Amino acid sequence: MNVGSIIRGARRLPLSGKIGLALVIFWIVVAIVGPFIAPYPPGSFANEEVFAGSSSEFWLGSDFLGRDVLSRLLSGARFTVGLSAIAVTIAACLGTGLALTAAVGPRWGDELLSRSMDTLISIPSKIFALVLVAAFGSSIVLLTLIIAITYVPGNFRIARSLAVGLARLDYVEVARARGEGRLHLALVEVLPNMIKPLFADIGLRFVFIVLLLSGLSFLGLGLQPPDADLGSLVRENTSGLAEGALAIIAPAVAIASLTVGVNLLIDAATQGKAH
Amino acid sequence: MAAAHVDVRNLCVTVRTPDGSPLHIVDDVSFSIARGEVLALIGESGSGKTTIALSLMGYARSGASISGDITVGDATLDGSGKATLAAQRGHRITYVAQSAAAAFNPSRRVIEQVIEPALIHGTATAVEARRHAVELFEALALPDPATIGTRYPHELSGGQLQRLMAAMALITRPDLVIFDEPTTALDVTTQVEVLQAFRKVVREQGATGVYVSHDLAVVAQMADQILVLNRGSVREQNAVRAVLEAPADDYTKTLLAAARPVIKAAVPVAAVGKPLLSIEGIHAGYGPVDRHGRAAHPVLTDVSLQIGRGAAVGVIGESGSGKSTVARVVAGLLAPTAGAVSLDGQPLAASLKDRSREELRRIQIVFQNADVALNPAHSVGEILGRVLRFYHGTSGAAVNSRVAELLDLIKLPATIADRRCDELSGGQKQRVNLARALAAQPDVILCDEVTSALDTVVREAILELLAELRRDLGVAYLFISHDIATVKALCDEIVVLYKGTRVESGLRNTYATPPFHPYTDLLISSVPELRTDWLSGVGSQGKVPFAHLSESPDLCRFLPRCPVAIAGRCDVFPPPFRTMTAGNAVLCHRTEAELAGEFA
Ligand SMILES: Nc1ncnc2c1ncn2[C@@H]1O[C@H](COP(=O)(O)OP(=O)(O)OP(=O)(O)O)[C@@H](O)[C@H]1O
Ligand code: SF4
Ligand SMILES: [Mg+2]
Repeated sequence: MNVGSIIRGARRLPLSGKIGLALVIFWIVVAIVGPFIAPYPPGSFANEEVFAGSSSEFWLGSDFLGRDVLSRLLSGARFTVGLSAIAVTIAACLGTGLALTAAVGPRWGDELLSRSMDTLISIPSKIFALVLVAAFGSSIVLLTLIIAITYVPGNFRIARSLAVGLARLDYVEVARARGEGRLHLALVEVLPNMIKPLFADIGLRFVFIVLLLSGLSFLGLGLQPPDADLGSLVRENTSGLAEGALAIIAPAVAIASLTVGVNLLIDAATQGKAH
Repeated sequence: MAAAHVDVRNLCVTVRTPDGSPLHIVDDVSFSIARGEVLALIGESGSGKTTIALSLMGYARSGASISGDITVGDATLDGSGKATLAAQRGHRITYVAQSAAAAFNPSRRVIEQVIEPALIHGTATAVEARRHAVELFEALALPDPATIGTRYPHELSGGQLQRLMAAMALITRPDLVIFDEPTTALDVTTQVEVLQAFRKVVREQGATGVYVSHDLAVVAQMADQILVLNRGSVREQNAVRAVLEAPADDYTKTLLAAARPVIKAAVPVAAVGKPLLSIEGIHAGYGPVDRHGRAAHPVLTDVSLQIGRGAAVGVIGESGSGKSTVARVVAGLLAPTAGAVSLDGQPLAASLKDRSREELRRIQIVFQNADVALNPAHSVGEILGRVLRFYHGTSGAAVNSRVAELLDLIKLPATIADRRCDELSGGQKQRVNLARALAAQPDVILCDEVTSALDTVVREAILELLAELRRDLGVAYLFISHDIATVKALCDEIVVLYKGTRVESGLRNTYATPPFHPYTDLLISSVPELRTDWLSGVGSQGKVPFAHLSESPDLCRFLPRCPVAIAGRCDVFPPPFRTMTAGNAVLCHRTEAELAGEFA
């Protein structure tokens, strides 16, 4: 897939997909350059007034300590987008890797993996993450890992059902009869044919993770100050809710636009036949 | 329009291609059908047969639009008659689909489902409908017409379900019945029964019908008129006899020629002492193996056959007879529970992982359905290249040149190497499928129904290619098919499987004249022939003395269906193998004279 075909694919997206794509690109750009273009350091008490409204100096006003909301948003996006992306990548690699192992491996391996994943999936993911965070603390690395592990079983379930179906097809049988090893069967014969539905799943899980991370932060179990992701920004400023402060509306809108954007993009991209 | 019961003028069905331009999948088709007549729509796949049949019900697949005038009885497409076609669907116009099994609800008794259309459309009371249904069951030659309706779909065979579906279509006494390839999914032996039943019931009920099929010989039995279609337009329309005996159109001539496969000139194989591939007393099955070494679902019992270098051995039998299982055992995909496979005198390990790469290379398998046999994620070049790298260690530019050679061998342009498999036609895919096997430079290729999913014309071409490859490369085939005409066209030797046992084996010419095994006889006489009186000539299978018995592994497995079974022998001892003077071996209690006499 080269740049040209990606651009052509993007052109063919329906309007909703184009909006989604624009939102996603916007947030990726913000995550990368945000901290560099932030007008103030995210931790500095730039404004005397707390919960100030929009002004030419403070576009999105100030928060409950008088810090610049725009700057904090620009720095916080990096955590939300980056951490979620890393976590979802880890979850998908682990989940899909195990699923492929189950699909091309011996039957007992499949049984064992499926049963253990069933056990894991029966624990509600938020509670599971809460318990782990409570037990192991919430450094950035641990938080990412915990969130990733929480989403492995879900991805495994989807990927396994796809892979088991594909592994029964004649072309896999032919490769097996040729004497190909399991690694080849998994990576060359099966994996390429499950990419598309898998991406739909990964996109959705990314959204869940953004929300889970925001939820954890909201409960005070996510990122610890002075770092703040979008969810933490909402939590910090809950006291401004009554007055409808920009400090709480802006990060909430940010989370919403990110998740809605990803959803729109996935829906459009996985429905059409854009390779 | 008084005479014509169904009248179609200037029918066009148009879809939009991905780039937005309109494409006529049916192009200016006109025909009419008189009351009580059956019109056959014939053509290869993609010729628009089903599309036309569906538009008679006022139905267009999503994205397609119908234009033109269609009249069926009082109804027209746009409703300018008494009603629209769509309103007549399921009531005045009914449909018999290819797969009846998919059309029945597995959790309800069949009679409820058969009479449902009559109740929904209020054409009869439940009591009347039931009585009519039983009459139809009887006309359709279903066993136990009075009680068969109380069974559930899974208790019935494919052929029986197909007939029940015809009963469902006829229960409302419709103006028009559309049969869409109703016997294509059936075995030849079953097909005959179903065709006989259909023909009888259509005549008795005076129904007007449209019969969609790709098989000229089947159509010859069923229809009064034939409409030959190619790429959405009419090539020829005429009475059946005229089309068969004096086709006017070149395309019709091609179809007719392809319907009678000719024997491919093959090199006679010198009878060398040691066979290339030998299968000795194979027992195999699926599911866990018990203490006595029997699989939970045994499929093959004591199957033996030999293939010489460069020879072609055919395996025929009905669906479920274990043909594919033989190929899977030979390829090492399924370990047999007893018996051995050897290559050039060397025994092969039962399972794949104990075979050497060289052993694997020498035996290649080609599956029936090229759609799922080629990985859609890879290009043709990658698929072939992988085999070359894997077995021959070819690398770099040598791969590309060898791929080009292979494509040339199977008569495809070299440019196809960059195409992905889902962009190829059915025939092209099957060629690539073959090329993948050839890339390994095998000694023997196991061809599992490689021509069954193809149209007659394409099938001819693939058979020609197979014969040519065998002549030029000296590769041997184990050629599996359910169609005896195809097997006869390619193979020197033929093995007949029935329920996993070998009931007959012999050289091709021994299958030209009796004596045969009674099952072989049934198979051969069930293949429709290209004449209109064939179906009437096929003897109704006669009385089967042991129809009440169920099949037993200790007796002749054909006993419950055998018309010539001998009481006191066939139902007591297992049959012996007899060698006939022509050289074929037959597993039967009947002697050569008896077998020859029975069917002379
Ligand atoms: N994986 C499987 N597990 C259990 N039973 C199977 C399996 N594959 C095939 N069978 C059964 O084994 C029997 C023989 O199957 P096989 O595929 O060899 O038949 P076949 O002669 O090739 O039929 P067809 O003409 O329909 O391809 C059938 O009764 C089938 O239901
Ligand atoms: S052994 Fe008997 S039952 Fe079997 S085929 Fe021969 S005659 Fe028929
Ligand atoms: Mg088969």
